[in-house]
Amino acid sequence: MIKFILMVNKQGQTRLSKYYEQVELGKRAALEADVVRGCLARRKEECSFVEYKDYKLVYRQYAALFIVVGITENENELSIYELVHNFVEVLDKYFSRVSELDVSFISVITHEVLLTKLDYDCVFSDACIYMRVSFLNAQSDHVQFR
Amino acid sequence: MSDVVEKTLTALPGLFDSQTGAAKITNRLRQLIKSITELTSKHEEENLIKKELSAMKEQVSSPNTTMKQMREIMVRAMYCEMLGYDASFTYIHAIKLAQQGSVLEKRVGYLAVSLFLNEGHELLLLLVNTVLKDLQSTNLIEACMALTVVAQVFPKDMIPAVLPLVEDKLSHPKEIIRRKAVLALYKFYLIAPNQVQHIHAKFRKALCDKDPGVMTSSLHIYLQLIRESPDSYKDLTGSFVTILKQVVGGKLPVDFNYHSVPAPWLQIQLLRILSLLGKEDQSTSELMYEVLDESLRRAEMNHNITYAILFECVKTVYTIHPKAELLEKAARCIGNFVLSPKINLKYLGLKALTYVVQHDAKLALQHQMTIIECLDHSDFTIKRETLELLFRITNAQNVTVIVEKMLNFLRSCNDEHTIIHLVGKVAELAEKFAPDNSWFIQTMNDVFSIGGDLLQQDVPNNFLRLLAEGSESKEEDDQLRLYAVDSYLTVLKGHTSHLPQCFLQVMSWVLGEYAHLQESMDQREVTRLLTQLLDQRSVSSETRVWILSALTKIFEGQTDLILDLAESLSSSQDTVLRQQAQELRHFSQDSQLHEWVLPRGAPWDGIEVDSSLSFLDGFVSEALAAGAAPYKPPHQRQEELCEDRALNLEPYSFSLPVSLSSCSITDRQSPTLLSVSSGLSGNSTELSQKAGSSTLILEGVKRVWGKDGYLPQKEATAPLVDEPSAAVQPPSQQEAAERTEPQPEPSTQNQDKQQLASSLFVGLGVGSSMSLLGKSEAPPPRFRKKPRPHESSSSSSSGTSERSSDSSSRSSRNTTDSFLYGSLLEEEPATSISAFDHTPKSTTANGLAQNKDTKEDRHANTSQILGGDMVIVRPNTIQDKHPPPVSSDLTALLPTDLKDLPHSDVISLTSDPSLSLSSCRLFRDEALLLVIFISNCTETVIKDVAVQLSCEELETASLRGNVVDCLEARSTSVCHYALLMDDPHTNVSFTGTVSYQTQPGHTNTLPFSGTLSTADFIRPLVVTTEEYGKLWLSLSHDVKQNLKLLTDAGDPLRTTLNALKDALKLHVVDIIGSEGIVACRLLSGAPCLLHCRVNGAALAMWLRSPHPALPDCILYHCQRALAQH
Repeated sequence: MIKFILMVNKQGQTRLSKYYEQVELGKRAALEADVVRGCLARRKEECSFVEYKDYKLVYRQYAALFIVVGITENENELSIYELVHNFVEVLDKYFSRVSELDVSFISVITHEVLLTKLDYDCVFSDACIYMRVSFLNAQSDHVQFR
Repeated sequence: MSDVVEKTLTALPGLFDSQTGAAKITNRLRQLIKSITELTSKHEEENLIKKELSAMKEQVSSPNTTMKQMREIMVRAMYCEMLGYDASFTYIHAIKLAQQGSVLEKRVGYLAVSLFLNEGHELLLLLVNTVLKDLQSTNLIEACMALTVVAQVFPKDMIPAVLPLVEDKLSHPKEIIRRKAVLALYKFYLIAPNQVQHIHAKFRKALCDKDPGVMTSSLHIYLQLIRESPDSYKDLTGSFVTILKQVVGGKLPVDFNYHSVPAPWLQIQLLRILSLLGKEDQSTSELMYEVLDESLRRAEMNHNITYAILFECVKTVYTIHPKAELLEKAARCIGNFVLSPKINLKYLGLKALTYVVQHDAKLALQHQMTIIECLDHSDFTIKRETLELLFRITNAQNVTVIVEKMLNFLRSCNDEHTIIHLVGKVAELAEKFAPDNSWFIQTMNDVFSIGGDLLQQDVPNNFLRLLAEGSESKEEDDQLRLYAVDSYLTVLKGHTSHLPQCFLQVMSWVLGEYAHLQESMDQREVTRLLTQLLDQRSVSSETRVWILSALTKIFEGQTDLILDLAESLSSSQDTVLRQQAQELRHFSQDSQLHEWVLPRGAPWDGIEVDSSLSFLDGFVSEALAAGAAPYKPPHQRQEELCEDRALNLEPYSFSLPVSLSSCSITDRQSPTLLSVSSGLSGNSTELSQKAGSSTLILEGVKRVWGKDGYLPQKEATAPLVDEPSAAVQPPSQQEAAERTEPQPEPSTQNQDKQQLASSLFVGLGVGSSMSLLGKSEAPPPRFRKKPRPHESSSSSSSGTSERSSDSSSRSSRNTTDSFLYGSLLEEEPATSISAFDHTPKSTTANGLAQNKDTKEDRHANTSQILGGDMVIVRPNTIQDKHPPPVSSDLTALLPTDLKDLPHSDVISLTSDPSLSLSSCRLFRDEALLLVIFISNCTETVIKDVAVQLSCEELETASLRGNVVDCLEARSTSVCHYALLMDDPHTNVSFTGTVSYQTQPGHTNTLPFSGTLSTADFIRPLVVTTEEYGKLWLSLSHDVKQNLKLLTDAGDPLRTTLNALKDALKLHVVDIIGSEGIVACRLLSGAPCLLHCRVNGAALAMWLRSPHPALPDCILYHCQRALAQH
């Protein structure tokens, strides 16, 4: 089951965060910092899964942007790993067409993509408890998808 | 798959076109994001956001802000919240935006709402109407948005309001709407399963939907349902198999492909469902063999996603009833994974292997060399997973090597979470498979020093219990204890300041109990070492208590030293330490008393506890005769203190439980006595542990044993072998294990690895593998506990752990029970036992037979109550009003015998031009009376009026007046139903119809419905505090939760309890300081006891009931009542 999805850049700035489980506002920053640190510490040849507290983290790096998914022990890590890629493909497709649109609208679209995916993918909606989305900075991060 | 998403997005027309104007407005957001990206320090960011937020605050409160601007502000607010800054002032505006905006603004509003608010947030109530409106909208997008927000955040108690609308959407022509409706229902099922019970048939329809998307969504519900009760859905196996077959065969639209693999996530979902269905069920499993084979065959493409499917397949194959051919294929798959150069696949392979070795250990043997390579892998995650695998294949022969590996890993690991997890496993293995004493003690020393104070409490508890209870042979036990003593003395002679507190506590307990076994050693030396510890700064006061009680046991002959010590500690800040010092002094002056209280080396089962303290009877009567005040139980004293209201009472109330058991010094009896003697506050002891001063007092004694006495161990289920010698390893094997001890620095040379392999995988050989790993045939553990003394009556001290285990054998353990209850209740053991079985007659009836009786009683009662004839009210008795009579008038129509009962307001059920129906609830002790008023609104006579009421969850005990031959113009007839609830449901809905004839032969029917809540069926349970205490211990189902504390006026606890009492008809038994006890029951059936404690700003509520679902229901209504307050 997916517990959260984060998009963080190498500097540790959160680009998008989405929690399926209620996490207090104050604790999020600490969690996000921990998660990024954990992922940055890993080398390229090491596997894309890390243990973090009660979660397993599945991460994938696209240029300077990390997409990290927190899942429970019983989840299939590799399927999540591919799900991340699927998500990125969808965003990529979308942004190439609407990249001229302004930033705020892009955030709405990103959300829309996530929601629509939520319908399709079992794993996503398995945890549609609490949702939180923010934005992609279209100018910097989205270019890095390609 | 991505194509489908895209299609969906473009299917939302208009939305994206309205975009063109947006660019200018959102410049500010762009600026904000840009400047934040450029910032270098957290501090700068904070300043910037603060400025931004205050600007926004100003803007939202200005009346000139347009919707468009509001939308832009909302987006910025979301960004700020995401960065972790509070923007709660925008929440209400987000709701407004969703209410009033055009489609795009609505969308942003809904998005913001779903991000900002969680399910329990009170503002969500304001959104309900908007959602209702949008659900009914003909605009596809609006309906979509409403469904989405319903599926994400929607208050639980508002579900009934939208449920019918969402249900309707299941047959909507557009598949996207159907899909979202299914997901919304899934969410409802997760948070309130009771409320969607009636639409299970519709789930089936969704499963058969022609659109694959809708079908996929319905699988979430099924996965959940099947996980909960696989047996109820076996009949669907065929359908799932067919669906999977079609998916695997590529029958789905190409849109669903991901890198030309058909709907991979759907396949995974289906495989999970199948594995749940086929588990331990041969005939069901047989249905799936073919499709699993197909899946394994098809997934031979070289792509990550196919591996993910294969992994799921392998798991399913190993979970369901085995089939050799499939197992072989699955094993080959695992082999490919493990050997893969791709690190992610290797990980997946190890994970699969870990899962599979539980069923087939030989597989690990095949891959032993790879496993060893992984053990030294540079990747932490891989190493960790390998250790997990090794843990699963550990047996008596390879335990030393594996534990060594784990400890090595632990020494280099600094992740707290991993340490806690792994150290527990090492302890478990050591206890299960230890080859000899020295190894066991040494390993446990490592465990304690590595795990330190992170250790979970049951590790030291189990260890000490093992030492204390021993096995069958005293000699062996003493050897083990002696070894422990020796080893601890060595440790203590070294440098001790770095040792964790937990280790020190274990050591001091063992030395206190068993130091005398070491005859060659001067006891003075032991005392010296222990007193040395006392002087250390790093030793916590809790540990000091442990050390001191150890000293109390062994000081013999060193009175001077002890007196000095007692003297110095008697001025300590810590009350427990002071008390211990006092006891120490007494003992040192009276060696006879010492010998009597703490007999050295006495067997554990020999201790008999006179829990009723009858030996003090003489003393008590003497004291009473001499004019002493009679004993008052602690809560009574507390109450009196409370009434005085002189001082802050906290310290008093907390120290009371301890004074009850002055024997806290005698570690042997006290833990049991304490946990019981605190009685009703068995809870409060535990709770108060967290609260300041009490912590020490209780922990010092309790922690050895855990809060419920000894914890039953997994190991207890292992077969018990009577021959003690069977536990000892055959010497040859033991030597072999020692010989193959791995090198401390594992070299990369192949030979070494081979050697390591042989030591790691020893015992997994072809012949023995199955039996060694099969849990039931596991070799007898080295350390076995004695069989629990079920039959023997001398089990007082160790029997407590079982008090919750099985009720059937309770009567055979009189001693235990009398011990449990006697001390607390100050009653004859015999009576307390009978109270245990049945609980006081007046309050509950647990026994089935008795339950039946009471039910009949209830029927009888209610029919008596309702014995009166139907009441018809003549026109002249009520005022002639044109609209249906208002409620206040209606209650006047109640039959005289019911008039005095407490009742609810009258609510209108339904009406049509000729009839109007209202209802009112009357609360009788044994039943809920639902009174239905049927009013004739016409000027003509209505004939043959008949009411029919149905409700599945409730039982109708009796009814009166549901058929009226003739209802005159402007008159009202009253009919009433007595309803009984046997199983609590949070809410119960009833439906019914009224049929009537305005003209002969022309029957009209008028349907009505309504809901009743459990709260209507709750009655106060009047008990005394003593009875409450008794009842509390006999109840098994526990629920704990923190609730809101009402702090608006006066004493928060009293205010809150009174609010609850008013809303739910509870009985407040007693309020003592910061704790309150409350009792209620379901009609005259199952009781529910509530224990409330003020915990900071919250009310810690602990509910107990013999009925599993009742506490949940009551808790739910308490929450609601407090939320509405």
